[in-house]
Amino acid sequence: MAGSHHGSAVSYHHISRRDFVKLTTAALGTIMGAVIGLPAIDYLIDPALKAPKTDAWIPLGKLEKFEVGKPALVTFTRSKVNGWEKTVNSYGVFVLKKSDTDVLVLSNICTHLSCRVNWKEDRQEYVCPCHDAQFGINGEVLGGPPPRPLDRFSGEQVKVEDGTLFIHLLEG
Amino acid sequence: MWQKIYAWLDERLSLNGIYKAVLDRPEPKGNWWNTLGSASLFLFLLQGVTGILLTMYYTPSPDHAYDSIQYIMNGMTFGWLIRGIHHWGSSLMVLVVFIHMVRVFVTASYKYPRELTWIIGVGLLICTLGMGFTGYLLPFNQKSYWATTVGASIAGTVPWLGNFILKVLRGGADISALTLSRFFSAHIWIFPAAMAGLIGVHLYLIIKHGESEFPTKED
Repeated sequence: MAGSHHGSAVSYHHISRRDFVKLTTAALGTIMGAVIGLPAIDYLIDPALKAPKTDAWIPLGKLEKFEVGKPALVTFTRSKVNGWEKTVNSYGVFVLKKSDTDVLVLSNICTHLSCRVNWKEDRQEYVCPCHDAQFGINGEVLGGPPPRPLDRFSGEQVKVEDGTLFIHLLEG
Repeated sequence: MWQKIYAWLDERLSLNGIYKAVLDRPEPKGNWWNTLGSASLFLFLLQGVTGILLTMYYTPSPDHAYDSIQYIMNGMTFGWLIRGIHHWGSSLMVLVVFIHMVRVFVTASYKYPRELTWIIGVGLLICTLGMGFTGYLLPFNQKSYWATTVGASIAGTVPWLGNFILKVLRGGADISALTLSRFFSAHIWIFPAAMAGLIGVHLYLIIKHGESEFPTKED
């Protein structure tokens, strides 16, 4: 055992045929694996890197038509090119006109896990059908699992032009 | 540390035993013609990996098959590479499998006790051709449409049963969405599953019997 190196007279610079084959196989295998493996990773994550961006002003309707003090659901669709297909996505926002000059626009996407919330007139709250999240009329969390209030379109994301209410939709 | 992990695994999996049986088994004098089976196996695995990657974007429907492949080729990072390897790899695999068979025939390696290895190899050859035939339709362009028309019609010339076989292949009287989806299913499930099983037995038999020596003049 301990004296087994006694018989091996192989010099330092000499590489045996077997070791040479092993080394070459490992090197070629690594190169071939990398040539396919690295592009494969890029190939798999490609759609995430190419997600289409949205940047548009969306008209929600004449401001005068909204009832004061009652949230109204406004829906619209946007089409996007995803890969090789055009996809139409639906959006919904709640418009709450507090006065003729004060408008609150809330996203209807629950901040818990992205289900769509509904306005319950009798309870005066937004309720999510998935996990029973409850939000107040201004989007604040009243109960259930949501980590933060409903997202709101505020400041520069909202404008009124010629009596029509617009929101600025930014995605991606 | 690594030695400890290896020892733990080896005690339970007998890795050394597998290594000895699979890679360290006695061989007749080396010959490049004897490497074609390993080359076929490598190509099978390469086709498997690139094929799995292609299913991530390919859509087996007449409305979308062509567009999805256009997107893989032009819109995706390295999509051309993955599909290119799969495309050329398929031709190469048919070629290598065929030469492998010719070599076994010429050196008479199919004789006792290796008849079963040969028979299973025939099954693998048929599966390889089936993979080529079903895969050819999937791009759903003019060439693949007419190639499948011709291929299925050839199967239709079988006496008595021809028309029935034709309808089973096409999933109806014409080439349609049903043809494309059943070819896709055969291409990614039925043939690969059959081949994986057959390859398993094929390899077991090779390991069990060892490789045959090339015949000499006296044989």
